[in-house]
Amino acid sequence: MIALSEYLGLAAVLFGLGTAGIILNRKNLIAVLMSIELILLAVNTNFVAFSHYIGNATGQIFVFFVLTVAAAEAAIGLAILVVLYRKRATIEVQNLDVLKG
Amino acid sequence: MIVENLLIQISLLIGLLPLAGSLIAGLLGKRLGTTLTHRIAISFVGIAFFLSCYMFWKIVIHAQPAIDHVFYTWASAGVMNFDVGFLIDRLSATMTLVVLFVSLMVHIYTIGYMEDDPGYTRFFSYVSLFTFSMLMLVLSNNLLLLFFGWEGVGVVSYLLIGFWFKREAANFGSLKAFLVNRLGDIGFILGIAVVLWLFGTLNYHEVFRQVPSALDKVISVTPDYSVNAITFVSLLLFIGAMAKSAQVPMHVWLPESMEGPTPISALIHAATMVTAGIYMVSRMSPIFEYSPQILSFILIIGGTTAFFTGLLAVVQNDIKRVIAYSTLSQLGYMAVALGASAYDAAIFHLVTHAFFKALLFLAAGSVIIAMHHEQDMRKMGGLARYLPITYITFVIGSLALCAIPPFSGFYSKDTIIEAVKLSEMPGAGYAYWCVLLGAFVTPLYSFRALFMTFHTKPRMVIYRMLYAHPSLLGDSIFILPEHDVIAKLGEEFPGSVMMALDAGLTPTFWLTIAGIATAWLFTAYRPSLSTWFTHRFSMLYKILLRKYGFDDFNQIVLVRGTQETGTLFYDVSDVKLIDGSVNGSGAMVRWVAKVVRNVQTGYLYHYALAMVLGITVFLIYFMWG
Repeated sequence: MIALSEYLGLAAVLFGLGTAGIILNRKNLIAVLMSIELILLAVNTNFVAFSHYIGNATGQIFVFFVLTVAAAEAAIGLAILVVLYRKRATIEVQNLDVLKG
Repeated sequence: MIVENLLIQISLLIGLLPLAGSLIAGLLGKRLGTTLTHRIAISFVGIAFFLSCYMFWKIVIHAQPAIDHVFYTWASAGVMNFDVGFLIDRLSATMTLVVLFVSLMVHIYTIGYMEDDPGYTRFFSYVSLFTFSMLMLVLSNNLLLLFFGWEGVGVVSYLLIGFWFKREAANFGSLKAFLVNRLGDIGFILGIAVVLWLFGTLNYHEVFRQVPSALDKVISVTPDYSVNAITFVSLLLFIGAMAKSAQVPMHVWLPESMEGPTPISALIHAATMVTAGIYMVSRMSPIFEYSPQILSFILIIGGTTAFFTGLLAVVQNDIKRVIAYSTLSQLGYMAVALGASAYDAAIFHLVTHAFFKALLFLAAGSVIIAMHHEQDMRKMGGLARYLPITYITFVIGSLALCAIPPFSGFYSKDTIIEAVKLSEMPGAGYAYWCVLLGAFVTPLYSFRALFMTFHTKPRMVIYRMLYAHPSLLGDSIFILPEHDVIAKLGEEFPGSVMMALDAGLTPTFWLTIAGIATAWLFTAYRPSLSTWFTHRFSMLYKILLRKYGFDDFNQIVLVRGTQETGTLFYDVSDVKLIDGSVNGSGAMVRWVAKVVRNVQTGYLYHYALAMVLGITVFLIYFMWG
């Protein structure tokens, strides 16, 4: 039997990797999308772990919704990325600074 | 009672007619045209003059009791009432007559003098307005209305000195007169405030009734130094009078005021306005009598003014300035009389002086017009042949000014000198010598002017056509000398003939004769003597030319000092403090924005980092905080 804390630790590690990926990555916008997926997966892991621990299936059902939304989001994100590439001929994160004040 | 009511109505009419004339001339003058304007203004003043004659006849000759009447309560605060009311007694009736007579003469004279001036109707408006203000000053029954008139004549004086506002000297003179008078007004208004504080009223009669009970009151000037309240009031009021009546050291504005048109010099700066200070001190005499220190002070100031400004007239070459310094000197005489408690002598001299000095000024104006606005006596000479009427009037005016027996000036001036001689005030001895020596100086300058202008060889550079002045000009100045003699007789001076006969026994008379002789010697008989004299005593001559350095002192210390202080405050408080803080706050916002803008890099990962850090901080706070 694997203890709850180990699931939570795994989720925390995944979350940390995802965040670090967003912050540290300077080159590829696809890596940012992947990092977001990682964060979502960390959350899913938490959901499943708690659901199992408490003995309530709602959390696991919720994971399906999250995965569905994540898939849709990835599709939209990639579409935006393609349009962006067409417009600016680059997807490097450090070149995308139009928000600068 | 009927007479009393009549007099009240008349006094109101006297006060308001010149105002109406002024308003009509000022507002409708352009539409009415010059002739109609001066007809209206003159007839209004003329009616007022005849009414004042009646008032004078009733009050002074028939000894009608004084009338104190309130027309209108302007404001009331608590127990204090600020009234618009007239006090008609011998003093105010006499003053009213003098003011209106000289004013009427000047109104008539103006027709000729200002003939071609573009500001003709404006001038009439001002002169009538001046008459109104002066009448308010004279007739009022309380200090507040007196102050109203006081300021009114000050404003009109300012306007009229600067009448030819395109001339720089006129603007300078008007500003100087206004500023020096403000200085005195500080004293005057403070004095009024102290009177109000002491007595709770400004009405003359009520104030005077309470004076004996206020003798012991003191006023703390600083926490551990206090002065007698009555002395304090007297001093403050006299400071006001000093500025208005041009006593040393606040006399500097009067010579500058000669930049105005000559009729104005006659009316305002010789006959009436400058005597307002003398009038005020006489009016407030029940207060002044209780402060011997201030009376001594007045004696000393008056004596200084009488003698030392008279000396200045001797070296002046501008005919109007000679008469202006002579006015200063005569005002000094009046102040001396006040200091010696001879108030009636002061007012007597005020009246006679008003007539002969206005006469002298109008005669000088006639000369100036004939010379096409040339005022330098060195460029005149021998005018007696061309301006006989002016010459006669000038001689009569000079004789009256020098106190030659049959003329009015003799009676008033001799009374003053006698009064000072008998006075036992500290400072009376000094004042006596001043006025006695003044009796030598007066004929010296006035006959010097007379000889330089009307006798000696003509010195006109280009011999101009001396045109015969308009008959009106001649007529109006000819009325004045007649009145000069009447003024003397009207006063019913006991044994005036005896007094005239005794004149030969007084040192004054012989000093006067000596003065005339000296003037003749130096200007007419041997002009080279005066040149020699100026070289021999060049030091004294220079001091006199520089007017004892009063103007230099004012220019350097007061004017420059004020300017420097102003510049200092401009540099420090305006530029550095105010501009600094306003511009500084702007720059501050700009700087903060510049710093904060650096945070907004536009990179998503920076924003994400900020979010993460924020959440971390919050988490730490919630878990351990």
